[in-house]
Amino acid sequence: MTDVAKKTDTVTLTIDGIEVVAEKGELVIRVAERMGIAIPRFCDHPLLAPAGACRQCLVDIEGQRKPVASCTQTVAEGMVVKTQLTSPVAAKAQGGVMELLLANHPLDCPTCDKGGECPLQNQAMTNGRSDSRFKEHKREYEKPIHISSQVLLDRERCILCQRCTRFSEEIAGDKFIDLMDRSSGEQINVYRDDFFGGTGTGDGQAGEGEGDIPFNSYFSGNTIQICPVGALTGEQYRFRARPFDLVSTPTACEHCAAGCSMRADHRRGKVLRRLAGDDPAVNEEWNCDKGRWGFQYQVANDRITAPLLRDAKTGELREVSWSEALLAAAEGLKAAKGAGVGVLTGGRLTVEDAYAYAKFARVALGTNDIDFRSRPLSAEEADFLASSVAGVTDVTYEDVENAPSAVIVGLEPEEECPILFLRLRKGHSRKKLQVTAVAPFLSRGFEKLGAALVKAVPGDEARLLADDPAIAAALATPGALLFVGERLATVPGGLSAAAALAARTGARLAWVPRRAGDRGAIDAGCLPNLLPGGRPVTDPAARAEISLAWKVETGAVPGTTGRDTDAIVAAAAAGQLGGLLVAGVDPGDLADPRLAEQALDQAGFVVSLELRHSAVTRRADVVFPVAPAAEKSGTYLDWEGRLRSFGTVLPTTAMTDGRVLEAVAALMDVTLGTGDVMTIRRELGAMPVSKATRPSAPSVAPATRSETGAHEAVLASWHHLIDQGSLLDGDAVLAGTARPPVARIGKDLAEALGVVDGDAVTVGTDRGAITLPAEVTDLAPRVVWLPTNSPGSTLRRSLGVTAGAVVRLSAGRPGPVLASSEVSA
Amino acid sequence: MGTFTGSFKGFGVTFAHMFRKVITTDYPFTPPTPAPRYHGRHILNRHPDGLEKCIGCELCAWACPADAIYVEGANNTDEERYSPGERYAGIYQINYARCIFCGLCIEACPTRSLTMSNEYELARDSRQDLIFTKKELLAPLLPGMEQPPHPMRLGETDKDYYIGALTNPGTSVGAERAPWSETGTEDAATAADTDARPETAGTLRRPGQSTKEAV
Ligand code: SF4
Ligand code: SF4
Ligand code: SF4
Ligand code: SF4
Ligand code: FES
Repeated sequence: MTDVAKKTDTVTLTIDGIEVVAEKGELVIRVAERMGIAIPRFCDHPLLAPAGACRQCLVDIEGQRKPVASCTQTVAEGMVVKTQLTSPVAAKAQGGVMELLLANHPLDCPTCDKGGECPLQNQAMTNGRSDSRFKEHKREYEKPIHISSQVLLDRERCILCQRCTRFSEEIAGDKFIDLMDRSSGEQINVYRDDFFGGTGTGDGQAGEGEGDIPFNSYFSGNTIQICPVGALTGEQYRFRARPFDLVSTPTACEHCAAGCSMRADHRRGKVLRRLAGDDPAVNEEWNCDKGRWGFQYQVANDRITAPLLRDAKTGELREVSWSEALLAAAEGLKAAKGAGVGVLTGGRLTVEDAYAYAKFARVALGTNDIDFRSRPLSAEEADFLASSVAGVTDVTYEDVENAPSAVIVGLEPEEECPILFLRLRKGHSRKKLQVTAVAPFLSRGFEKLGAALVKAVPGDEARLLADDPAIAAALATPGALLFVGERLATVPGGLSAAAALAARTGARLAWVPRRAGDRGAIDAGCLPNLLPGGRPVTDPAARAEISLAWKVETGAVPGTTGRDTDAIVAAAAAGQLGGLLVAGVDPGDLADPRLAEQALDQAGFVVSLELRHSAVTRRADVVFPVAPAAEKSGTYLDWEGRLRSFGTVLPTTAMTDGRVLEAVAALMDVTLGTGDVMTIRRELGAMPVSKATRPSAPSVAPATRSETGAHEAVLASWHHLIDQGSLLDGDAVLAGTARPPVARIGKDLAEALGVVDGDAVTVGTDRGAITLPAEVTDLAPRVVWLPTNSPGSTLRRSLGVTAGAVVRLSAGRPGPVLASSEVSA
Repeated sequence: MGTFTGSFKGFGVTFAHMFRKVITTDYPFTPPTPAPRYHGRHILNRHPDGLEKCIGCELCAWACPADAIYVEGANNTDEERYSPGERYAGIYQINYARCIFCGLCIEACPTRSLTMSNEYELARDSRQDLIFTKKELLAPLLPGMEQPPHPMRLGETDKDYYIGALTNPGTSVGAERAPWSETGTEDAATAADTDARPETAGTLRRPGQSTKEAV
């Protein structure tokens, strides 16, 4: 003990008469906390810089004239601290602060959403007076103002602790909300920031129930969660419940590959809110608004509740019993098997369900035609996933924070993996991380990361990764990281170049997909070239391992690489496939939605396992309802490859995909053993680590740059975090916080077209056109950027192309033909 | 001898009781009047303009030791207002299969919305009917009251309602001893006319109920 105390980096102090050793620089409040001494506090938050704003944490320190705020005071050798437990001075000081805080607090707890879980309520009871000596009129403000469609601010309740402003500034980097005015008029209000264009009057006064400028941040929900009073509340949960009648369940987010841990609160069979879980290794205590508020899809009107079967006579789907539907599916698939059945699983499955599909395809359907990718893809990508992603867990969030340098290609972290963005930002603002972005322009997100930009015309990334000296230099430092997004798959040679670059520089490579189930699907074997556990299908030894685990004959698992999503769709559209088995896939996400729908029409027999009616169920022969994430247990793998297991939030009778598949398989005389999640987990856990050699990384040569003629440009695009994805359907309040869709063009194109900010620009292909207001951005020359799937900009469906394609540009709305058809629609 | 006097003593008790005050009641023809503070069925009171006093805060539900109350708050809008202020009870239920009439909910209510009447005729023939909703619990509209939703008539803001609201008990008049017992049988209605029941000052019929079934 004494040895430790003598070390120069620790000090010994006394708190409430107990001697304690603390690290130098530690805050008194934290040391006390460690000892189990609770000092009341409001502004203090372990993940935010100390502010000393509320003064509730006053303690008595020997030798100091006045009580000191323990949340800003660092420990010192020999310090003697007395908290409210042992010092009447500290207790009196805290009582006085509480009285002052309550002087202007409306105490409208009965109407306040925070009532029942409010630190102010609780600490007023433990550390406050039982009555107030203030008889004067309290400060009054207009009752709540909407600072975004989702977040409400009630300034009367605010105790000016500045947790919200510090979060916005330090963590999210969106400084929209701030302290304004002085003295007794001091208040939190909406910050004048016009980056996203507000409709306010500009006088700082809220009008029409709206804030001056919308609080346009993807992380705004966190301010609600950390506000220690009910000053910030959310529209979605407003007046819905009290904590005492909510049942809280820890869960994981089903949206993106960030893998946030969450808490879901439900009442009477309905999830009412979700909060960020506390997982220091992953999301710390934060999450994004999509994960927090995007769960209304589970209760959408179009949830499928009973199996549906296409009636032979009428050609319509009708509700049937489970046994009838299962039998029809089994017979249909058995018949279709000869001509081949393609399996499209989508990126939303849990590992367990993905594994059930992988096993079903191999064992029951005898095919490797299975692919989870429901987006533009390439064969090169499948090879890359086999060589560099399956089973690789090289990079963690902690590494991100501590890395000296990170190069990001084909990924827009703020839009596509928000918590990775927050970690990058933490590394950048608190540590030494230097971010280099390879992108067509420096987005707002990259600006917040202080990123250096290597401007890339879409399609040119492969060449840049191979030759650009700035990129190579950024990766030369030991510990450097190379992030590639799933979008790099559409750049020929992109992933090959990334793998080669990582090998050359020694940088660690991380592949970041967009959806929660993507990473798990790879390891579960939902790829045409991979069996579960990253085993290559073409490797006989790997096939033998898996046959042994599955207790099937060695020859049963097909040994040739199957078709990928594009090939399955093409084959089905050409009428070469006997059938399709489709999980949660939206044809609108695929590279060519029109062809995909044609494929569904042409395929002999389509089985769909879905949550809600979709373009697939409309064309299916048999439809099975399956459980949404809240109604089942399962596991996701986040982009790191970390397991994110979760339990059932709402116990219902809804079945997992695995259970439905097992029942279908049983009628095809195959025992799948995927009926329950624990069985699958045991099976996966018992599977030995593969001895098969990892295939080498692909080496596809970069393509030559596409030429653009006059009034043509190369298309750049990615998804906005909050867009028209089917898991965000039916949530108008959340949709109100989406970024407004714009067409970004460079100065060169703006001049050539004669448009300025806000003018309509039309981007067209042979298939169709998209018109959006222009926003002149510092883009690479001859590049136009559109959001992939936002209101008014459904890229794949309207244009039939993806990023990297050459598109036509014109000023204004499209010609009369299109315009009139738009009106009639 | 002893036997004779023994029997006589026994009959004596019987005879003596014949001249004592009768303690059985003539229920349901003359229902007894409970003590003024008797804990009976709950009432959700109104403001003098008819707006509901309940703000859907759930404090009553929280206080209830029997878990008998279920409340779901909802948002008042200018177009559709049920109570002054921002919040009202979208759903309000008391389950009389659970309630033990302890009155803790009344103590918890911050708006004096919830009070108890003297009504004790709460037997029903199904569990479902024992769950009283806003329809059964809300106090009847007095003259001058208006059926919500409607705008605030008594002032600009909710504060105008709350200042003085606690000393304004008149708004539940007519509900304390509800005159419309749903269990009142046809016999009861004919046998005992309305005078048979002690009436409170402003006895009201439920709108749309005839005198007969309202007894
Ligand atoms: S709104 Fe909440 S978090 Fe922000 S300063 Fe006020 S009390 Fe603190
Ligand atoms: S960052 Fe991703 S995982 Fe986390 S809450 Fe948002 S959508 Fe969910
Ligand atoms: S009287 Fe008691 S038991 Fe009945 S609802 Fe009120 S608190 Fe619950
Ligand atoms: S009756 Fe009173 S305590 Fe109950 S919800 Fe209404 S206002 Fe709150
Ligand atoms: S917690 Fe220390 S000043 Fe607020």
